Order: sequence, then structure tokens, then C-alpha cells
Amino acid sequence: MLRAVRGGRAVWAPRGGSGSGSGGAKLGRPLRTAAPQRSDIFRELGPRLSRLGQALRGQLPESEGAWNSLRPHQNSPPPPERADVVVVGGGVLGWSVAYWLKTLENRRHGMRVVVVERDPTYSQASTVLSVGGIRQQFSLPENIRLSLQSATFLRTINEHLWVPNEPPIDIQFQPSGYLFLASEHGAATLEAGVKVQREEGAKVALLSPSQLKAKFPWINTENVAVASYGLENEGWFDPWSLLNAFRRKAMSLGVYSCVGEVTSFVADTADNTPGMPRGVGRVKYVNVRLPDSPEQQPVSCAIVVAAAGAWTGKLLDSATAGLQGSLTLRRLPIEPRKRYVYVWHCPGGPGLETPFLIDTSGAYFRREGIAGNYLGSMSPPEGREPDAGNLEVDHDFFQEEVWPRLAHRVPAFRSLKQVKSAWAGYYDYNAFDQNGVLGPHPQLPNVFVLGGFSGHGLQQSPAAGRVAAELLLHGSCAAVDVGRLAPGRLWGSEPLLEAAIV
Amino acid sequence: MAAALAIRGLRGGRIPPPPHPTGPLRGAASGALQRLGEWFYEVEVVLGWAERLRRRRLRRKNAHYSFIQSLHGHNVAAACFAMSCGGRVRFEGQQRWLCADSRGRWSPEVLQFHHVPVVAVDLSGSQLTYDGLDNFVLLTKLQHLDLSGCPHVDDWALGRLHVFGDSLQELSVARCPRVTERGLATLHQLPKLRCLDVGGLAVQSPGLLRILLEEMLPQCRVLGMEMEEGDPPEAPPELGQPPPLCDSAVIGGRVVPKWH
Repeated sequence: MLRAVRGGRAVWAPRGGSGSGSGGAKLGRPLRTAAPQRSDIFRELGPRLSRLGQALRGQLPESEGAWNSLRPHQNSPPPPERADVVVVGGGVLGWSVAYWLKTLENRRHGMRVVVVERDPTYSQASTVLSVGGIRQQFSLPENIRLSLQSATFLRTINEHLWVPNEPPIDIQFQPSGYLFLASEHGAATLEAGVKVQREEGAKVALLSPSQLKAKFPWINTENVAVASYGLENEGWFDPWSLLNAFRRKAMSLGVYSCVGEVTSFVADTADNTPGMPRGVGRVKYVNVRLPDSPEQQPVSCAIVVAAAGAWTGKLLDSATAGLQGSLTLRRLPIEPRKRYVYVWHCPGGPGLETPFLIDTSGAYFRREGIAGNYLGSMSPPEGREPDAGNLEVDHDFFQEEVWPRLAHRVPAFRSLKQVKSAWAGYYDYNAFDQNGVLGPHPQLPNVFVLGGFSGHGLQQSPAAGRVAAELLLHGSCAAVDVGRLAPGRLWGSEPLLEAAIV
Repeated sequence: MAAALAIRGLRGGRIPPPPHPTGPLRGAASGALQRLGEWFYEVEVVLGWAERLRRRRLRRKNAHYSFIQSLHGHNVAAACFAMSCGGRVRFEGQQRWLCADSRGRWSPEVLQFHHVPVVAVDLSGSQLTYDGLDNFVLLTKLQHLDLSGCPHVDDWALGRLHVFGDSLQELSVARCPRVTERGLATLHQLPKLRCLDVGGLAVQSPGLLRILLEEMLPQCRVLGMEMEEGDPPEAPPELGQPPPLCDSAVIGGRVVPKWH
């Protein structure tokens, strides 16, 4: 006992001694001058509790823990049984339509929009595998207007897609312009296109070969007759940021996102509904197959938006296969076409001013970052289309077709040894006229087709989504007249040809 | 003290954090609102309204002066816009800069310069946006443009400067938090540029970017993007005095060996 008291005194003695012994001079000193010898329970309580909380939160299945990163679809809820609009395909076009439907609806939460995506990792989606360019150099006024509106949207993207309490959206837009080169026999087409583009308000300059050489000294201007160079609103951006921004904003506005595959439509046709005219049908349900299970969930809906990108044609084929007895649907000519993209490093290549260059031969390239990396490819010639079944890259195609053309145009690329990396992606190719299809299906009036943009779907997605939403909600679109893009033309005799398809 | 400095250097360094769309946070109240917005939808909605109001105010400040332009021509309209932004302008043949007084009023003497082109515009620290550039695109003799410290000037706005390609000689985009190397790449459209100030930009590799800029604009002197912290700051160029040309090869030779 005594020892304990002594021990206590011994601990406290210096503090009391210094206070009483040396008087007022040392009163200002803090009570404890040395570091604490033992661990302080109260000091460590805070960090320990927060660590415990973190560990607990990591175990919860809803959090961004181990569950989410490996199997992103496991936590996605099944689709609701009733919806107003089902958007098939969660690519950038699908999410854009969903966002605009929710933005333009006249009453908050007045409409239930469901986006059904087959592959939440987007491993084969055209959106994220694209090169990400945006241009106004088209020959059709509709395409130019859609692209101009999209550029305005992308410029003010934070006014549209910013979600409170989130960091601002940066789509990393590189305003470097597109440079189209035309040989002698393509010059007239190019000039006619530039005339239309200027009438629509795009800023495009025509360059002669000598002006071209002065502006970009690294170009070989052999057999170039004229070039057109986009001065504003053209360049490239990060597709993944745009897709994510659309998705996040749409979900914050109340769009249902679910993982699954739309397998079939259940429709009213002339056989099972009295009063229905022959040859047309009306979709009542879509059946959604949940991932990793044979279970199917019917979702009743008023409108289906078919925005499945390259698989839009296949979707309509397989989903309406059950209806074949009563309603024979004409085939939609939208199919996947495989396109390669190669990345190479060239230390002495074109500098910071490099535009998105499109050669007279159809090969293209652009700069990637500032460290001397380039990215480019070309579309294979007709008749040599690769098999679209998988996404394997044909490296010989670069050596035999792409590289000779680019090295001829840019002599600095002659020293190129090998490709750094490469990938393949799908074009949602409209085999009829290589142009977007935007409008209700003629035989299924409540199925809205949105696809077939043949490589310019990403850049036109903000405006195309808005146009589609306005057509669905108001029946007309004031900003862009897209009557000519309706799917009815696909089975007619007059293709709506676009001259500037890369 | 040294530790505190080190931490500051580590955190801030030369790369400032990316700007928030709502502008710099104003004090503790704004921070508290942000925190509350994470928990309560009502606060989030109020924050959204405030954001919309701020954007509308910004848009109004950057409106196109089409009425003044139709009455007095584009030179006077550009001058009026610049002065009401808090900037200043100089007309051809004048030594004097015109600017608004402390209460934001400008003297009507600017109206006498109906047919005199604007040669210099200083908009440093103003709220200029992409849309505000509408007021300047018709100026054909603009030689000096100072956009330093403009918080809303971004890469899209820089992509619009090509309209001054025939005349612009001096440009400053120093300390613009939204300007990156992507926007600077469009400055090749300004072949007459002789002096470019890019100090204090949020770019990843200033040394490499400086070399690339000098290769892209061989006639131009690039200021403010030294690779080392210890480099003595170069004196800002005096207006009207041609800056000496700089040799990109020398700088390339000086910088590159340090990378290997």
C-alpha cells in the first residue's frame, strides 16, 4: 500500500515540484513536457474506431469492396416488372437517350426508364473501344447538325451532366481538328462537303498543298489536290469519361440500370389481338434473361429503344423470332464489322500540332498524349472484311496495308519498327448506306431504332439521344430535322449516302 | 517549419488541384454545405440551384454586346466588353490603356474610336468564358492578348484563338487553372506569335511540353515553364519591345540529358 502511494508520488512528484518550487516563472509551461510513456487509450480510440468502421464497411456487399470489382453484375437488381421505356443496350447512345428522357420529362419521376445492358464490363462495347473523334466534316446536313450540337453539349458538359458532390467531368477533349486529304478525283466531293459544312455553321478551312506544307511541314503532299481542316469543335476525347458521366447522371435522375440480356419480345399482332392490322405489331413485354441464370423476367413496357449498337440487327432478329408465325419482320441491315486500332511510338514523328489526319487512301492516325505515341488504322477494303466473331487483332494488316500508306504520307513513320499495342472494336455498320438510323420501326411502331451510325455514333450520341427523346416525348424535334434518318429508307431504293465515312 | 514546408511542397507543388465547377470553395460555410449535401437531398438541391444561379450570372457577364456592335462597330463593342469585365484595352496609335474606374464605369471617350482597331486587350483575372470570346472574334489587328489568371478559360476557348492567326504576337495564358497541354496544342494556328506566357499551368510534364511548344512555334519565346524550381524567373516581356528569339536546340540539349 505504502509502496503504491510512493509509486504514485514518484510519478506525480516532478510535476508538483516544478509547479510549486520554481514559482510563477514556469507556470506557463504545459503540464506534460515529455512524450507519453504508455499508450493513450483515448488518443488511439478515434483511429481504431475508424479502422474498424472501414473493415466493416469493406465486408458489406453493397460497398465498393471485393464483390464489386470482380463481379460487377452480382449486385445489380433485377429489372422492375413494369416500365415505361426499356432501353436495350447500355452504350453511350442508350444512356444518352435515358438521360434525355429523364431531363425532358415534364414531371419529376413521371416516367420509369430502364436501361438493360448485357455486359457491365463493356469488354466488347463499341463505345469504349472507339478512337473517340468528333468532327463536323460530313456531307449530310443532318450529320453536321448532330455533330455541332454534340460539340456544344460536350463543351458545356458540366452544366448538363455534373452531379452535385461529385468531381467535375473532364472528358479530356483535345481540340486539334480533323484534316481530310483528297486526291484529284476526290477534290470535288471534298469541296462540295465543305460548302455544306460552312452553310451549317462549321468552321472549316480549305488548304492547298502548299498551304498544307506550310502548316504541317511533316506531310508529304504528293497526289494531294486539296485538304480541308476543321478549325473549331473538332478533335478527340475520352469515350469512357463520357459514358460514365451519362450513366452517373442518368442514374442520379432515377433511371433503373440492370444487367441482363433481352431475349424476346411479346407483342400484340393480328393473330392474337382483334382489330390489329396485318403486318404490324406492338410490343407489350420484353423478356430479360438475368446473368448466369436461365431465369427470365418479363418487363412490361410502352416503348422499347433498340440501342444495342452493332447488335441491333441481331437483337431485333432474335427477339422477334417467336413472332415469325404471325408477323414476318424485314431484316434490319445493322451488323458488327471488326475494325483494328494500332498504337505505335515514333520519337521523331509529327509534333504537338498533329491533327486527326485522314489520308486520301482512307488510312488515319492521330496523336495520343504528348510523348510521341500515335494511334491509327484504316477500314479494310470491301470484300476483305475480317471475321467479326471475335476481337483478335490481325497484325499483318498493319504491316501490309496501314503502315505503307501512313509512311508514304508522313515520311517520319518510315523508321517505325513495331506496333506498341493494338485492339479491335466493332463498328455498328449500316450495310445499306453507312448512316445512322433514328426513328420508330415501321412494323413495330413502339420499337424505336437508334443505331447503325457506322463509326460516328459516339460523337453524335449527345445530340442523337436528345433527338430520340424529343421524338419519343413530343413526336417532333425542333432542333434537327432527322426525318431522312428514319428506318423506313432501309427497305426502299434510295440510300442516304454519306461521303465522309472513315 | 521545414516539415511544414515540405508537406506544402508535396501537396501543392507546381500542379494546383483541378478546379471545382462551382468555383473555389468559399470558406467553411461552403465546405459544411458540401458535407451536408452528401447526407440530405434538400441541401443537394439547394446546392444545385446555387450552381445554376452562378452559371447564369456568368453567362450574363459574358453576353455578346450585339447592340453596341450594331451602333458603334465591333472595335468599340470589344473595348466596352473588356472594360466591363474589369480588363483594359489599347487602340492602334495610342499609348494609353483604357479601363473602367473603381466603380465599373468607363468614360464615353471610347466611342470616338469607331474606326480605330483594337491592338491590345488585357483581360487578366476576369471571368471570361468561351462565350465571351464572341465579342473579340472580329478583331483583325489584335496583337496582344492577356488571359492570365482567368478561371473559366479552358481548352475549348484556346481552340477558338485561331481567328487571331494573322495578327496575334503576344499571348499570356499564365495561371489559368483549366488550360492544359491539349489546349496549348491548338496554338500552332497562331504563326505570328512571338511571346507566349504559360507560367503556373496544371500540366504533368512542363519540361517536355516546353520543348514541344518551342518546336511547334519556332519563332516564339515560351515563358514560365521552366523545368526546375530553382530557375530564376525571367523578366516579363515589355509590351512593344520585340523579345529575343530563343533557340530551341539549346534548350533541348539542356533539358534532355537530365531525363536519362
